[in-house]
Amino acid sequence: MSFPWANHYEPQHPFMRYMDEKLPLPRFIYNAIGGGYPVPRNLNYFWNFGVLSGAALMLQIITGIVLAMHFAANSGVAFDSVEHIMRDVNSGWLMRYAHANGASMFFIVVYVHIFRGLFYGSYKPPREVVWLLGIVIFLLMMATAFMGYVLPWGQMSFWGAKVITGLFGAIPVVGEPIQTWLLGGFSPDNAALNRFFSLHYLLPFVILGVVILHVWALHIPGSSNPTGVPVKSEEDTVPFHPYYTAKDGFGLGVFLIVFATLVFFAPNFLGEPDNYIKANPMSTPANIVPEWYFWPFYAILRAFTFDFFFVPAKLLGVLAMFASILLLLFLPWIDTSPVRSGSYRPLFKKFFWFGLVPCIIVLGYCGGSHATNGVVLVSQLASVYYFAHFLIILPIVSRIEKTLPLPNSITESVLGAPAVA
Amino acid sequence: MAAVETDATGAGHEEDGVRRRDFINLAATSFAGVGAVAIALPLVNQMNPSADVLALASIEVDISKIPVGSAIKTEFRKQPLFVRHLNPEEIKAAEDTKVDSLRDPQSLEDRTKGKKEWLVTMGVCTHLGCVPLGAGAGELKGEFGGYFCPCHGSHYDTAGRIMKGPAPKNLEVPEYAFASDTVIKVG
Amino acid sequence: MVRIIAFLVGLFFSGMLGYSAIRTGYTMVTEPAAPTAEEEFHQHVKPVSFSFEGPTGHYDRAQLQRGLQVYHEVCKACHGLTQVAFRDLEALGYAEGQVKTIAAEYNVPSLNPETGEAETRKGTPADKFPSPFANDIAAKAANNGAVPPDLSLMAKARHGGPEYVYSLLTGYQAQQPEELLKKFPDSKTGPGLHYNPYFANLNLAMAPPLPIDDAETDRKAKDVAAFLMWAAEPKLENRHKSGIPAMIFLILFTWLTYMSYQVIWADKKKH
Repeated sequence: MSFPWANHYEPQHPFMRYMDEKLPLPRFIYNAIGGGYPVPRNLNYFWNFGVLSGAALMLQIITGIVLAMHFAANSGVAFDSVEHIMRDVNSGWLMRYAHANGASMFFIVVYVHIFRGLFYGSYKPPREVVWLLGIVIFLLMMATAFMGYVLPWGQMSFWGAKVITGLFGAIPVVGEPIQTWLLGGFSPDNAALNRFFSLHYLLPFVILGVVILHVWALHIPGSSNPTGVPVKSEEDTVPFHPYYTAKDGFGLGVFLIVFATLVFFAPNFLGEPDNYIKANPMSTPANIVPEWYFWPFYAILRAFTFDFFFVPAKLLGVLAMFASILLLLFLPWIDTSPVRSGSYRPLFKKFFWFGLVPCIIVLGYCGGSHATNGVVLVSQLASVYYFAHFLIILPIVSRIEKTLPLPNSITESVLGAPAVA
Repeated sequence: MAAVETDATGAGHEEDGVRRRDFINLAATSFAGVGAVAIALPLVNQMNPSADVLALASIEVDISKIPVGSAIKTEFRKQPLFVRHLNPEEIKAAEDTKVDSLRDPQSLEDRTKGKKEWLVTMGVCTHLGCVPLGAGAGELKGEFGGYFCPCHGSHYDTAGRIMKGPAPKNLEVPEYAFASDTVIKVG
Repeated sequence: MVRIIAFLVGLFFSGMLGYSAIRTGYTMVTEPAAPTAEEEFHQHVKPVSFSFEGPTGHYDRAQLQRGLQVYHEVCKACHGLTQVAFRDLEALGYAEGQVKTIAAEYNVPSLNPETGEAETRKGTPADKFPSPFANDIAAKAANNGAVPPDLSLMAKARHGGPEYVYSLLTGYQAQQPEELLKKFPDSKTGPGLHYNPYFANLNLAMAPPLPIDDAETDRKAKDVAAFLMWAAEPKLENRHKSGIPAMIFLILFTWLTYMSYQVIWADKKKH
């Protein structure tokens, strides 16, 4: 795109030339993920996860469309229709387990993708819009996943819907009317199930749209790389195809091995047994927990146990949970370090690997556990660190840190400096 | 990698290296193709009737309470099924018809299973799938005393054979057998 | 400006959480949570080895048939199996005729074709196992206010799955441990309840379905646990059977893509 040495699309076959004149879709693809997109030659395996996220999205859309052919969005029969899929529909068990575990795989690869961005400073200019669109995708994913989890109408579906919409009830004055409006009733029932199904079908296509914007915005400056040093010459890049299509093919293979292991041999490993019990508005499960990918945020939500003057703890928890995600939107302006890649930022690196990563793992553990006092205390301490890391430590580190010398170019980082040789 | 070695050892082996490289790339791409087909098969197959639908595919009908000269409508594979107890005049009318003159030549014998008084047919007009009249009490039976489809005016005779109108075939006789004198098993 | 606001927001949340943490810690020290009987006496499921475990696991047909027998004799009076159809029993190794016979032993709700009144008829292979009660209210009324859960998905709806079913069935104790009564005098098993350390709150309404001291109980519990696993996951064998070739295919595919990746990059990694 913006690189003058990028390969040009030259259709050979007369039909392709005709297509190029009338509907230049092949040219568009060539420039997006074909030979026409020059990519830094030094990307490591962390850079596979963008393509894998896209693959996971497609997987969810395809299996989802198939499941929608058999699912009945009615609170009277939804649970039974899922069992109908599992027992009677041809390969139905495969579709459903692929969709349920596909959601987990989607979050796994997106989380690695986000952490790649956090460590290598991918959010920094000139890619801040790519980052912002990424956060939008993440928020849409969370909404979609939440609504999808309600559809089987099991105990966790029902109580998850009740608890999460209850969060809106924390907002002063308008909270309860909003909750009632969201559910179309005073408790989750048919109205809620139907609208969640409708939106669960719609949102993935919205996500797809934002993904296209995300990739488009990426193609303006081009991909970042592990050194964070900008591309300087043609030698620094390779065409996306065949170099990165081959590497992404390998990444996809590994992804599918992990995915198939879950689907075929441990399909309920990441699920909650309670969701195999039909929703019962009269009985609450002993421990309401969301799916694993929400655990860190759930831990932050539960960490607020005391009112603060006139602000109730419940509202604080909700605010903090939303803030914990929304603060990522401001990251490009909070982190002012001129060096992009964490590899050349010794202090940042320490806080990242010994602070942020363990903090989120601990939050995840706490979010999935029964909320005893000990668990609450640990999640409070981890939440303190979470907010401090992004909002206090990061700006200070950017200011005081003495960064390491950067390589002169991407090629030099791969092949070594000429002087050394 | 072996390929890397071959490439590096000199011009003589270069062609081998290229061939090997092409082979690996081709093999990987073909595997991807095979995988895509393997995934597509269940995605297509899931639209076929599910096990519970197929389980309803055979039914048993008690025919002991159908008086001579009348018929019942029951349900088979979510479609109407006509079971008709023909009276002697109807049997005679059907047998008197010349088989060769028919659009879909079949005799009453061809269309029954040994017991000529029992005519079992699908209640689905062979034209465009409407339900013909004639099985219910007091319904029109058409010009030939059998069934009459009101959608586009197809007339069937007492053996359910098409006599007049746009329908191309006789009413379909499903697979069935007499489980006993009073029970037939359809499907 | 962004940084100043961020800093203040960060201070606010961190401060709030720090304050909450101190108060939580203080509470933990001053009012340590009293241990409960559940925490101390609830037991984890007993490890049992089943034929369907592991990536090549499959059901033991004879065991499933014995399990069905146990369900039939012991469970069905109170517990439905409403997701399972009689036709599914062919997977247990029964012939079509045998399935018909089994189905006919159950009465399923139907309508009288002439009067339209509710009645029951004999089950057919296309029917599902009926629920023993017309509805939850009837179930409650007949069982001291507790609704016996449907067993179709029981082996997937509890932590431990079939091992939980086995543990619960073999875990009844005629007497509560004396230690428990000494430590938690309030936790005495109430009237109409039965002590079972494998149940979440130690006391459940279901009377021991299999006699506590009986040589057969252990085997019967295992059989019915296996049967319920089949009822909950009838496609397990299909899953394993298609999983193995899928894995082999994917490993080959991944190996080929790795080779392809290496040969394509060969000239870029060396100079």
